[in-house]
Amino acid sequence: METLSNLADGFAIALTWQNLLLALLGCFLGTVMGALPGLGPSNGVAILIPLAFTLGLGPTPSMILLTSVYYGAMYGGRISSILLNIPGDEPAMMTCLDGYPMAQKGMAGQALSLSGIASFVGAFFATWGLIFLAPQLVKIALLFGPAEYFALFALAFMTLGGVSSTNQAKSAFAAALGLGLATIGVDTQTGVPRFTFGEVHLYDGLDFLVAIVGLFALSEVFIFLENRHGAADATKSKLVIGRLTPPLSMLKECTPTMLRSSALGFLAGVLPGAGASLGSFISYSMEKRLVDKKGTFGTGDPRGVAAPEAGNNAAAGGALVPMLALGVPGSGTTAVLLAVLLSLNITPGPLLFANNPDVVWGLIAALFIANFMLLALNIPMVGLFTRLLLIPPRVLMPIVAMVSFVGIYGISGSSFDLLVMIGFGIMGWGLRKFDVPLVPIILGTLLGNTMENNLRRAITIDDGNWFTLIDSPLAVGLWIVALIGFVLPLIIGRKVRKGMHKRRDEEGSIAD
Amino acid sequence: MIFNVTRFAMAAAILGASALTATAQEYTPENPECIAPANPGGGWDFTCRQVGKSLQDQGLLGSTMQVVNLAGGGGGVAYAEVVNKRSNDNDLIVAASSATATRLAQGAYPGNTMDQVRWIGAVGADYGVIAVAADSEIGDLAQMLETMKNDPTAISVAGGSAVGGWDHLKVLIAANAYGIDDVRSIKYIAFDGGGEAVTQLLAGSVQAFTGDLSEARGFVESGDIRVIAVLAPERLSGDFADMPTAREQGVDAIGANWRGFYAPGGMSDAAYDAWVSKIADLYASDAWKDVMEANGLAPLDLQGAAFEEFVVNSVSQIEKISKEIGIIK
Repeated sequence: METLSNLADGFAIALTWQNLLLALLGCFLGTVMGALPGLGPSNGVAILIPLAFTLGLGPTPSMILLTSVYYGAMYGGRISSILLNIPGDEPAMMTCLDGYPMAQKGMAGQALSLSGIASFVGAFFATWGLIFLAPQLVKIALLFGPAEYFALFALAFMTLGGVSSTNQAKSAFAAALGLGLATIGVDTQTGVPRFTFGEVHLYDGLDFLVAIVGLFALSEVFIFLENRHGAADATKSKLVIGRLTPPLSMLKECTPTMLRSSALGFLAGVLPGAGASLGSFISYSMEKRLVDKKGTFGTGDPRGVAAPEAGNNAAAGGALVPMLALGVPGSGTTAVLLAVLLSLNITPGPLLFANNPDVVWGLIAALFIANFMLLALNIPMVGLFTRLLLIPPRVLMPIVAMVSFVGIYGISGSSFDLLVMIGFGIMGWGLRKFDVPLVPIILGTLLGNTMENNLRRAITIDDGNWFTLIDSPLAVGLWIVALIGFVLPLIIGRKVRKGMHKRRDEEGSIAD
Repeated sequence: MIFNVTRFAMAAAILGASALTATAQEYTPENPECIAPANPGGGWDFTCRQVGKSLQDQGLLGSTMQVVNLAGGGGGVAYAEVVNKRSNDNDLIVAASSATATRLAQGAYPGNTMDQVRWIGAVGADYGVIAVAADSEIGDLAQMLETMKNDPTAISVAGGSAVGGWDHLKVLIAANAYGIDDVRSIKYIAFDGGGEAVTQLLAGSVQAFTGDLSEARGFVESGDIRVIAVLAPERLSGDFADMPTAREQGVDAIGANWRGFYAPGGMSDAAYDAWVSKIADLYASDAWKDVMEANGLAPLDLQGAAFEEFVVNSVSQIEKISKEIGIIK
């Protein structure tokens, strides 16, 4: 087994005191950055690049530090999702759906531990996948042309119905709103600015980080302001923290979910342009279709926490495949890592595994180390994190508002983005009143552009022939899955949903 | 108008003085800062970070150059910020490239023109390439352009920039030079970056790729793609010597994506000269030659006034092409 001996060499490179310390530092900083709304993995990594350069680190230690931050941020994103219903970064959005209701039921500790374990499982399998399948997986990425990408995104949207609300029409409205917002900016296929009103800040479109922080965090603050004398304090003070570790039965129940989501998330990560958000999203909606017989997803089902967390961490590992093997970043964060490799005079690409085996295998070994470290770091800290819930909202909410503003300004350095964020905050506040789910809006803005571009690329390549969309077996397969995912719940799910409808409507206002 | 006059006076003064100012090195930036007008991970970000690191390694800068990512508007947000708010900052430089010149030429930075900033120098150039998959039936550039001439729908060309962007223009320049009159009929498919475009070439979705040599080199070395033309004046050295130029195939097309820096328009002459000489020293160092070698950058030794003139020329050239092909009126 040449691979295993390579991996052993990698561990020999990675297991030095300096590297272990760097990994620990990276994991800790990454977790904190992931948990703060606004600072996601890509900014977290970018912020620490100067540190790596200032310390004069070589390629392998630099990559160990930065990938630890990357994995750490993917872990950390879930914390604020579960505790505050505010996603720390975009892939953690899906964790809100069941994580926050779990926390409200007094299961915050269990949700945090479970999601930590799910993250570990996802990342663990993804790293093995990276080791054994990287060269072969590149071929999967090559099966996806524009038409197939469009079918994949269509699949994501068609399985959206009911993901986050009992009311399909509201989900559809939210998704359409998101898709509409995605059209703002210069259209890459023609170079024409759309809906920019001559404002240069809008040329690159709306930054979805700004949208997330506005829609989730600021609208939460507005809702609090509105209710400050009434219900907010009363309900919060009743919260109990409960036990911190999930019972074995819960783990057992979630194991198949974690395994399926890891595989699915990993595949989504491998596709350049799909990435972790799609990974966690598809994992969640597929798992809902497969196992949610009683309609408990969205009301605090542990499997609804395990699926997106395993999915997004697996996607994080998967995204390293095209970056290392093709030099094509599969996500924003891997684009940053790619830039770091380039500035260290290492060119990722088809020959990286042959030319720089020490970097590749050192990096892979570091991923294993970081993953175990994160599990060890996260589980004991669950007790600490849950204390956050005990902070009264009148203290917490100003902090949320402050972190949102500082975080967004810190990334973009532009006051225009702050105005956009406030706009989204007000929009989020209004939409919550109408019980319109917020998740599909973000998905629309996040995936809308790529989806539209791929549609138009496909059509242009085939001279305006729309049948090109169903021209390959892979595309046809994706369309069939999408149609089944769309139609089946309408027929079969109707009966099931009837029974659940009453109870979910009552909880609808909080479970967005 | 007054502003323009002072700018020209200043430029003239620099033109005259640049030969003498090589020794005038009194100014030292205290908090050197480089704005990368894009998100982390792109070419501008790379320019800032790599140059910042090398300047520090070489001892040309005492402290770490802080890199700030100010994305938006294809560099327009950063350009407006520098012109409007930080016009007197002596410690600031901003990464630029052919894409900056292209957007300035096409008026894509609303209200801004190229003479509102001071151009410092280039750190290298990335020559354009046109490539096909290794097993493609297309043998050389002339054959591809002939096919396009007869049936524009036969070949889709993928590139990493938006329509009207630099990757697109390179193909159009080549097609124009070959004698294709209606270059707008050429099918160009815009992808998010050169890497994605190459991947789609390998996947067989498109028939040709237009991009920079640095984007293609990994795939050339692995034998996955074949470069049918380098848009350089003459053959490149080293590993790339066996790539044919467009010129030797009878297509007089040259396209280089330069990488360099501009500084705020109100930067003091002392600071400007200090930055110009720092970039010149860096460019002349052996360590930078290694960086260029490793990243597929070709030589482009232009600083100070010479670089300013180069940017003026390239903006007017792009303006002319863009008008010819109808991207701007």
